[in-house]
Amino acid sequence: MSNEATLHNQDLMHHGVEHGHGNGHDGHDHHHEETFISKYVFSMDHKMIAKQFLITGIIWAIIGAFFSVLFRLQLGYPDATFPWLESILGHWAEGGRITAEAYYALVTMHGTILVFFVLTAGLSGTFSNLLIPLQVGARDMASPFMNMLSYWFFFLASCLMMSSLFVQTGPASGGWTSYPPLSALGDASIGSKIGMDLWLMSMAIFVVSSLLGSLNYISTILNMRTKGMSMTKMPLTIWAFFFTAVLGVLSFPVLLSGFVLLLFDRHGGTSFYLSEIFVAGKVLPNEGGSAILYQHLFWFLGHPEVYIIILPAMGIVSEILAVSSRKPIFGYLAMVGSIFAITLLAFLVWAHHMFVTGLNPFLGAFFVLLTLLIAVPSAIKVFNWITTIWRGNIRFTPASLFSIGFVSTFISGGLTGIWLGNSAIDIHLHDTMFVIAHFHIVMGVSAFFGMFAGIYHWFPKLYGRYMNQTLGFIHFWITLVGAYLIFWPMHYMGMAGMPRRYFDYSNWQSFNMFGGLNEFISFVVIIVFATQLLFVFNFFYSIFKGRKLTTPNPWEATTLEWTTPINPGHGNWPGEIPEVHRWAYDYSKDGKDFIPQTVPVSPDESKH
Amino acid sequence: MDNAVTAKKKWWSGGHSPFSVSYGKLMMWYFLISDAFTFGALLISYGTQRFMAQAWPDPNVVFHSFPLMGHANLPLVFVSLMTFILIMSSVTMVLAVHAGHHMDQKATARWLILTIIGGIMFLSCQAWEWTHLHEVGAWWGRNPFPNHDGSAPLSTNFTDFFFTITGFHGLHVTSGVVLNIIVLINVLKGTYQHRGHYEMVEKVGLYWHFVDLVWVFVFTCFYLL
Ligand code: HEM
Ligand SMILES: [Cu+2]
Repeated sequence: MSNEATLHNQDLMHHGVEHGHGNGHDGHDHHHEETFISKYVFSMDHKMIAKQFLITGIIWAIIGAFFSVLFRLQLGYPDATFPWLESILGHWAEGGRITAEAYYALVTMHGTILVFFVLTAGLSGTFSNLLIPLQVGARDMASPFMNMLSYWFFFLASCLMMSSLFVQTGPASGGWTSYPPLSALGDASIGSKIGMDLWLMSMAIFVVSSLLGSLNYISTILNMRTKGMSMTKMPLTIWAFFFTAVLGVLSFPVLLSGFVLLLFDRHGGTSFYLSEIFVAGKVLPNEGGSAILYQHLFWFLGHPEVYIIILPAMGIVSEILAVSSRKPIFGYLAMVGSIFAITLLAFLVWAHHMFVTGLNPFLGAFFVLLTLLIAVPSAIKVFNWITTIWRGNIRFTPASLFSIGFVSTFISGGLTGIWLGNSAIDIHLHDTMFVIAHFHIVMGVSAFFGMFAGIYHWFPKLYGRYMNQTLGFIHFWITLVGAYLIFWPMHYMGMAGMPRRYFDYSNWQSFNMFGGLNEFISFVVIIVFATQLLFVFNFFYSIFKGRKLTTPNPWEATTLEWTTPINPGHGNWPGEIPEVHRWAYDYSKDGKDFIPQTVPVSPDESKH
Repeated sequence: MDNAVTAKKKWWSGGHSPFSVSYGKLMMWYFLISDAFTFGALLISYGTQRFMAQAWPDPNVVFHSFPLMGHANLPLVFVSLMTFILIMSSVTMVLAVHAGHHMDQKATARWLILTIIGGIMFLSCQAWEWTHLHEVGAWWGRNPFPNHDGSAPLSTNFTDFFFTITGFHGLHVTSGVVLNIIVLINVLKGTYQHRGHYEMVEKVGLYWHFVDLVWVFVFTCFYLL
């Protein structure tokens, strides 16, 4: 199916109009009446779908981050009371202090929302949708219809997850990993009642959405590249999205299987994960199941999932660093190779989350080895980013700052991964605040930085306007400093043995010394949260009032998306799709600042 | 699609599909790989639980009944029949795809109808087998079958996995039948004749063969091993 044919199929779906095939008509000849519904709601334009993912993601991010403010209040000020909490949470915060149940529910929802709804759907959903067709030179996704479905399944999953917040027994509260037996037994905790069912259903629908999206991304990248866009001429963003989609297609179904078995354990009387359990003094009849089985199924997705989150950010950062330092990306093929290596290894390390579950130490040794191997491609990428900006003519924009910030946090968090990857050290550090510090810095903060960088950089393409730079700089510096102030101290708490996922530490003499530190962290959390609201304001304000673009290529970049008009219509390019003649990184070459991908290679040009 | 294939054509250089395959088929292939992981996860879970179990029921004893045959001991005869039906429906599907290649509307429709009938027969057999097992006391969470060494069952793993996995497969067959019916309607309406190709038949064909292949694994795991 050619590019033109995709749009035609869509026309057929919209209007039942029959177009002749292959008679060389152009994309801009599509003067169909678009209604509000078909343009903004059930849109099949990948750019609109990207915006839908982005804005839904932003809403979720505000909710998820606000939850963390609430539970940080408890951790930072365990003795204080906040009467306004009771007015928003009702009996979940009787007397202005959140209850233990509410605390666990908040932590669980915070993790679920940010990992899946924000950093998976909001990040990859936004930028894969926006950039894949624009950067490979396609009129739209391979199947715009499935693309639309992908968003609406995500929306449905969102509604279910949201509704679980309002049921009487509260949302799921067994952690974002939802380990059985806790999550399998409604009698074990109120969070394991209907909230858990809604959680599982929402996540199952989320898997469907992710699958529909990923299949589309893969086939678009493989099948719909414009003339001359060979695989090695693709920008690194596209490579990153490609492998992200591959990871999703191969790991999410395993999670789905795990959830199916969990649902049966909850409602079918089965014992897949249950064996020899006492609940409230009563013996359960379940025999022969294995709770560890769930952990294997979960982490077979769970580990690839963290790379599903970070790979798009890596792609975005690679692109932005090259553009803003006016230098070709260093080691293009090594970058592609290391994304590939990371993808492969991501499937072979899941048990490093299970070193202390009673895993055979002999088996553990292999997982240690494979885990530590991931450090190699990760280090190659870091090295290449630094070499790319090294002696570059850096243009400091919010996007480039966030990209540099990404490299910083990825290094800090990656190094602690090497500690955790050693099973002997992990025995001490597992389930402590050290792990919290590790994955928030390497995944949470880094992926958010990649996302922010992407938003600041491609906002002009999305809305034809710029975001406010000054607010962007304020946003960057407070977030960077704040993130380190929040998470760095947690390493020390973790090394001192302070466990994660506790409501109240005050009975523990040994952790009283962290009281002040915890208070400090919570204080910074509030400031950083407020700063994110500043970003949200900047985002929405700029959509309507931002400075307008006067040139289609504001960052003087080489890639194809900047060859479209400032506000591209459905079909992206009026007239023919441009042909590609060179890779995406011809910056500062032969005395020219940049050479777009569409410029033919002249015979006297130097080789790169 | 309309690029002439020349001898020195660069397959990966953009402007056309590197595999010379439509995006729809490509997606179907990737979906099947993904679905293979779903079944793979279930079957591997089954395998590990069974490996860890002390003892397990003997399939020759569990699956020995045949409709209308009373108490006759016919181990695995019925499931062999089911398997045969499903494999035959794959054969008719191949013939439907073949007829589609030749733009033969009537033959495509005929073979598709036979495929659908095969699918429905398989599902009916499965319904009978489930009902029968339910009658002898088996269900999710209930395992009446003694182990092959004669000892009483220690857990419900056997029935839990049996119903979940064959049920999940049955669901796939059901959706396959539904898809086949939709495509059949389009064949009869002449949609594909008009479109100039019967690729939809090929796509549902891929799915159908996949579901068939999965059955071979399910069959092996539950009835033979
Ligand atoms: C050098 C590379 C890395 C290594 C060796 C590594 C190793 C580990 C290990 C061993 C754990 C388990 C700790 C425990 O629970 O005791 C862990 C946890 C985690 N890692 Fe990493 N990691 C690396 C990079 C990353 C990256 C790049 C991400 C995400 C983008 C990430 C995300 C996570 C998450 C989310 C968890 C915690 C999950 C949970 O228990 O809730 N890690 N890491
Ligand atoms: Cu991991």
